[in-house]
Amino acid sequence: MEEAVITRKLTKKFGDFIATNEITFTVNPGEIFGFLGANGAGKTTAIRMLCGLLAPTSGEAKVAGYDVYQQSEQIKHVIGYMSQKFSLYEDLTVRENIRFYGGIYGLSGAEIKRQTESILETLSLQPVAHSLVASLPLGWKQKLAFSVAMVHNPKIVFLDEPTGGVDPITRRQFWDMIYQAAHRGTTIFVTTHYMDEAEYCNRVSIMVDGRIQALDTPRALKQTYGVDSMDGVFQILAAALPPNELIVRC
Amino acid sequence: MTNNMDAIVINDISKKYGTTSVLQNISFSVRQGELFGLIGPDGAGKTTLFKILVTLLPADSGQAQVVGRDVVQDYKKLRILIGYMPGRFSLYPDLSVQENLSFFATVFGTTIEANYELIQDIYSQLEPFKNRLAGKLSGGMKQKLALCCALIHKPEVLFLDEPTTGVDAVSRKEFWEMLRRLKERGLTILVSTPYMDEAGLCDRIALIQTGQILAVDTPEGITQSFGKALYAVRAANTYQLIQDLRQAPFTASVYAFGEYLHLTTQSETTTPEQIVAYLQARQHQGLEIKKITPTIEDSFMALMAQQPAA
Repeated sequence: MEEAVITRKLTKKFGDFIATNEITFTVNPGEIFGFLGANGAGKTTAIRMLCGLLAPTSGEAKVAGYDVYQQSEQIKHVIGYMSQKFSLYEDLTVRENIRFYGGIYGLSGAEIKRQTESILETLSLQPVAHSLVASLPLGWKQKLAFSVAMVHNPKIVFLDEPTGGVDPITRRQFWDMIYQAAHRGTTIFVTTHYMDEAEYCNRVSIMVDGRIQALDTPRALKQTYGVDSMDGVFQILAAALPPNELIVRC
Repeated sequence: MTNNMDAIVINDISKKYGTTSVLQNISFSVRQGELFGLIGPDGAGKTTLFKILVTLLPADSGQAQVVGRDVVQDYKKLRILIGYMPGRFSLYPDLSVQENLSFFATVFGTTIEANYELIQDIYSQLEPFKNRLAGKLSGGMKQKLALCCALIHKPEVLFLDEPTTGVDAVSRKEFWEMLRRLKERGLTILVSTPYMDEAGLCDRIALIQTGQILAVDTPEGITQSFGKALYAVRAANTYQLIQDLRQAPFTASVYAFGEYLHLTTQSETTTPEQIVAYLQARQHQGLEIKKITPTIEDSFMALMAQQPAA
């Protein structure tokens, strides 16, 4: 099977500053891939390049078989994206949000209707289908945002800190949805600051200072660094290098 | 002020926004010199409670005193005695690091020099970049500057609303070490966080969810009152394991926790051997089961599940 993501020496510079420095990795189809790193390590820049939103300075990358330089428009059709900061329109209703994203991704009217009913039923959101998203509890919004990011049945979904601030039960329900999606064959590319969630991933990469410092299964990483949790691995890797505090955030 | 006095006393505080109840009959106290954590997810009411305590928002009912002053009657006197770091970035992005600090010092009628000793430890890391605009700092640096600005008038009580949200695990650890050192100097600190793993760093904690306090105790006290046997279970196929354990007749609750699942059983007579036998019958490989001490997050979820609907 073709890799979901493949990069070779992918680099992005902003002036003199190297945000992403020759990162090379692959993500397998159907894999839950954890993309970790400290604030300012270069994760967001890397994700923006992979989503076809930012042209790399050098290196290569393919997402679902499409080249990030030449085929960024095709990439956008086969990926889903959700972040804690932006995903749904607060001043649209639940139904309107689903219809909007369905339309953006070019689904037919019939498909949008079918997806809407399916999402409302799966998440038990029928009673609030006509409520503004702004009025929903955060946990519901996050689950809806994930479903909307999956509305066009993407091959890969990028989740940028999807569970920040969510209560612990909802956070686990959210991971159930991730597991189910992966089980059906969708590739999951996820960032998080919760180190216990890193353990839920098939493989994890840890970025430090623009580079990928480690990439393996959680268990192998713990063995390599002689610690019993991913938090331990992260503390060793991310604290080992000089503080990267003065980066102008882009 | 006497040593055994409570620095913060909250008595039956309630607050609604329109018809939405945000805080329901909140009562607890924070002792002088304590590092006290308010732990709960977004939307639990943490920020609303902070705003009431720092005199920025009146409660609908109930009273609160901070360092012996009523938050409504004595709000003007109180504002000088407390430091507040709101959750959202509270600095002026178009002022430099030094200008921000000097602005907050001036507002409180003091100077950077007068209380420099209190912030020295933290500010010394920022000083090489004192002419940089605050808006151009990284997240971790902004957070340190905001803390300095909240400390510059030498408050008696410090209120930190989610100082570590969205901050990576290494910077979070660093920040908690700073709080520890401030506490050692006698400052009372009330800090809120959605990260349950930070609870263990507090002297005492209150767990809050949908506007209700679930428990107030030391972190050890909270986990000791879990009151049920808790097992960590692992197998080669985690996804299948969680499905099977959910279906199991003996299961009371099952939640993912890192590479293990945490399981409680309906009956205390269920043995680990019975659980293993059940899973072996379903072809699980690499099975491991061990009895464990609950974490704050285990306790929080158990209390959430018991909580009456809001």
